[in-house]
Amino acid sequence: MKEEQAFLIAGGQEELFSLVRGMKEEGWRLVQIGATKTETAFEVNYSFDKDYRFTNIKITLPLQSAELKSISGIYWSAFLYENEISDLFGIAVKGIAVDYQGKFYRTAVKHPFGENK
Amino acid sequence: MSKRTIIPFGPQHPVLPEPVHLDLVVEDEKVVEAVPSVGFVHRGLEKLVEKKDFQEYVFVAERICGICSFIHGMTYSLGIEKLMNIDVPERASYLRVVWSELSRVHSHLLWLGLMADAFGFESLFMESWRIRELVLDIIEETTGGRVIFGSCKVGGVRKDIDNASLKAITVKLEDYSVRIRAIADVFLRDASVRHRLSGVGKLSRDEAYLLGAVGPTARASGVAQDMRKLGYAAYPRMEFSPVTETAGDCYSRCSVRIKEIFQSIEIIRQAAGSIPEGAIENKVSGFPQGEYFARTEQPRGEVVYYFKADGGKFLKRLRVRTPTFANIPALVKILPGHELADVPVLVLTIDPCISCTER
Repeated sequence: MKEEQAFLIAGGQEELFSLVRGMKEEGWRLVQIGATKTETAFEVNYSFDKDYRFTNIKITLPLQSAELKSISGIYWSAFLYENEISDLFGIAVKGIAVDYQGKFYRTAVKHPFGENK
Repeated sequence: MSKRTIIPFGPQHPVLPEPVHLDLVVEDEKVVEAVPSVGFVHRGLEKLVEKKDFQEYVFVAERICGICSFIHGMTYSLGIEKLMNIDVPERASYLRVVWSELSRVHSHLLWLGLMADAFGFESLFMESWRIRELVLDIIEETTGGRVIFGSCKVGGVRKDIDNASLKAITVKLEDYSVRIRAIADVFLRDASVRHRLSGVGKLSRDEAYLLGAVGPTARASGVAQDMRKLGYAAYPRMEFSPVTETAGDCYSRCSVRIKEIFQSIEIIRQAAGSIPEGAIENKVSGFPQGEYFARTEQPRGEVVYYFKADGGKFLKRLRVRTPTFANIPALVKILPGHELADVPVLVLTIDPCISCTER
């Protein structure tokens, strides 16, 4: 794989929104949103592509009472990823364009990737 | 205004081989809104990285999908190889191309059959799948499996295909091309098929791009985006261009897949004609460390694997974004305005793979 990947860190939700808006204005495609739980925090990755270039914006959230504002007002297709994060990690995502209210995935264990799992 | 009714479509439906559900809001026979539901059989395979070490997990990755299984295993292997700075022997990279393209051929033939079945052309369905069986036979001869290949591993491939067999495969595929051309003519020229597909489910280039559509769904709308151009495996040595159409309707999506079958056969011919001699795997020592996003082109479009590793035997996180997941927003956008009777064709037109989506 020879693909170059750029990694940006968003210091907070306002900065994240500003970066995501900038990506939309520059014509980047939303590739995916995915979360990861580390020992101390949740990391959420927002990935974009433009002409085979790849950029990822990462934001870190606390493990307890993690909250995120939806970017589905900027990229409508984000609603699927945000519902997924909400169901699998227990991260509350506010203002999703289509909110499944925790019923996107039917899992045997609630928030299988979440805190204390 | 007509009375609005909600019609449930799926998760069990004659055109759906796997469970996906749509709440269709209809006025008379016209769809005005669609709300998709997946998650009926979420398998939690990403979570298994906590129990399977990074070398074992390639077997799990292959089982994410029963159609593009090899490409899942390869994408996983490519990501781990990047994290561990492992060079893959050239011969293995060529073999990865051959098996990837065989996967694409049989996947698109499968889709053609399903589409023919959806619009009620049963003999076309049977002929599409009859040819697909021949491609599966090649896969079985070269890997031992018809669905799960088990031939990809971190550091290379497990099995070789000798040069004489590769040549024989290209001859067989040329032979099958004649039969594929015959069914392609029906899909693309038959008046009843054209009537069913042309002008139905239009997705503009801008819509496809902004909704994050991938693969044939995006390319049929004029988005020339094919992850094979990223340069993984031996694709940089192959001559090909993304297949695109501009109408963005069901007919275009069908046309793109048909052209891609012939393109894949040509890529296999190129790979078989220039494959170098040599080893098929390199030794793997140590453990992966770092973060990486691996992207490849599956039959349904771009698949994304995210890796996070801390130098241990087990990955800390593996996330898989499958092409069907990325194409669901496009499906939701194209459904409104169409007749209820068109919904099965429209759903099939994105070639949904729920097995992947429910990884």
